[in-house]
Amino acid sequence: MNNIIVYCETNGNSVAEVSLELVTKARSLANQLKVQVEGILIGNDLKGLEKQLYAHGAQVVHKAEDKRLGFYQTLPHTSIVCRIMDAEQPQIGLFGATTVGRDLAPRVASKLKSGLTADCTSLEIGEHYEKKTDTKYENLLYQIRPAFGGNIVATIINPDTRPQLATVREGVMKREELDTPLKGKTKNWNVEEIVGKDDFVVEIIDRQVEDKKVNIKGAQIIIAGGYGVGSRDNFELLFKLADVLGAEVGGTRAAVDAGYIDHDRQIGQTGVTVRPKLYIACGISGQIQHRAGMMESSMIISINTDPNAPINSIADYVITGDFSEVVPKLIKYYKKNSK
Amino acid sequence: MKSLKIIVLAKQVPDTRNVGKDAMKADGTVNRAALEAIFNPEDLNALEQALSIKDMVPGSEVSLLTMGPGRAAEIIREGFYRGADDGVLLTDRKFAGSDTLATSYAIATAIGKMEYDIVVAGRQAIDGDTAQVGPQVAEKLNIPQVTYVEKIEKIDAKSMTIRRRLDNGFEIVKTPFPVLLTVHSSAPDCRPRIAKNVMKYKHARTLTELQDASEDYTRMFQDRPYLKIREMGVDDIGAEIEALGLSGSPTKVKKIENVVFKAKEAKVISADDKEIEDLIVELIENHTIG
Repeated sequence: MNNIIVYCETNGNSVAEVSLELVTKARSLANQLKVQVEGILIGNDLKGLEKQLYAHGAQVVHKAEDKRLGFYQTLPHTSIVCRIMDAEQPQIGLFGATTVGRDLAPRVASKLKSGLTADCTSLEIGEHYEKKTDTKYENLLYQIRPAFGGNIVATIINPDTRPQLATVREGVMKREELDTPLKGKTKNWNVEEIVGKDDFVVEIIDRQVEDKKVNIKGAQIIIAGGYGVGSRDNFELLFKLADVLGAEVGGTRAAVDAGYIDHDRQIGQTGVTVRPKLYIACGISGQIQHRAGMMESSMIISINTDPNAPINSIADYVITGDFSEVVPKLIKYYKKNSK
Repeated sequence: MKSLKIIVLAKQVPDTRNVGKDAMKADGTVNRAALEAIFNPEDLNALEQALSIKDMVPGSEVSLLTMGPGRAAEIIREGFYRGADDGVLLTDRKFAGSDTLATSYAIATAIGKMEYDIVVAGRQAIDGDTAQVGPQVAEKLNIPQVTYVEKIEKIDAKSMTIRRRLDNGFEIVKTPFPVLLTVHSSAPDCRPRIAKNVMKYKHARTLTELQDASEDYTRMFQDRPYLKIREMGVDDIGAEIEALGLSGSPTKVKKIENVVFKAKEAKVISADDKEIEDLIVELIENHTIG
């Protein structure tokens, strides 16, 4: 009762990174609220996946296993999550803001007639005083997120309905395992009793997924290229610099859409959020949706022929020039001066 | 096969993508009133999917439904220009202040009064950025949903086969009717306006827009009924007032902070060899690079 429940995604072999990040965050919120963390796992063979959740701070894991649930589908997952939440009455429900989470969470919110805030960049506990009804609310979840294309940051609250639901993107919260995993409990749910034929009216005919080849989230140094890099071939120069510095290569949405670089290297509001020690931006104008994904970098160097590129206003160093000239020089002088 | 009735959900939004200098106030915050009102980009992708379905199943009808203030009638006109057959403006003061739950309630209640086989919506709007209204409308209509739609592969009498995008790949799904689709910007862009349609519908107006019109204008509407854009309010759709507006919205905005882009004190250097080398040396010395 009154706990925090995290809906966890799995590819069958392990729990998704974003879900473990959310269990970690839930653990910290639960400590403040003095309640428990529970996880939900749905699939067709969940093996011992609950152990990963115990290791990150979940005390209870709700498992719903059925051979029809091999891949995510909207209707059965909605039915199962709502049934569990109705029974367990959590005060907070968290989902990753993935294609799954963004398909599922709104449907769950609608069914439970509760409020949902999507793409939160921060979650905190706080109070609220409603003047109109002279009501004081304690221990509310502050759901903080950008809106209006990233031009404002809003704090959203759900004072009256429960559960307070939120989705959070991968990489926003930090994942951390407990020093000693909890000795958690598993609760198995009978899927037959929850879902019916109507939950499977949409059939999956084919499915092709590639495990992410690259995860640039944790890179300490990132060399990123924008539409200004001009071609896939030109990106080779960025890869060369990355090689020399021990860095990863990223790109803006414009560069990804143009085919210059792969989608799993996309940085920004619809890509990953990164916080490296050093971010070198090559030919990036710096639209707000991109800045949102990298503005917390410790140091930002912008290489651009346009001295007024928006990204320059958040850079520590601005090199006014063409990246195709500057990057080889960076490589040359790094090799010359590094020990 | 039987023709299909398709409803496209569209929203008029401020153009938050290109906040140029003119839209920024002196203190670095956004001046919302200065932003242009546009057809939400992913709703245009949705409209294209609807028009493609109409191409695949001749005789089908595409209707636009938009919820907004009076000037959102512009969205309906744009729909006509691109090839839609009908449009409804859902408008009422009592809708103001609605969060996604209240909005989806109003829209679902309106759709419940219409005939439809397919509802198509853009994945998300560029002002709220929530991507919630589509799935919430589907839940309230108690119909299945297919999100992140990129392409309709096949349609037959009983089902649609659709390609949808996943985080790291794609999926092909088959769904019966009725169904709600949400469309991602990776789907094809909307076809351009049709000149003939622009000529035909450029005088299309809602009743409210007609109130200040001249007598000649009003007579034109009697002769050409297709120019009337239907308006529906709370009473027309039979919605419960408590489920609308602020009272029907579980989420509340506690605080808004404007994002101020303070220009950092950036060190500007040229592409000269000496300056680049100095930079590298500095970065090595302060351990930024190894």
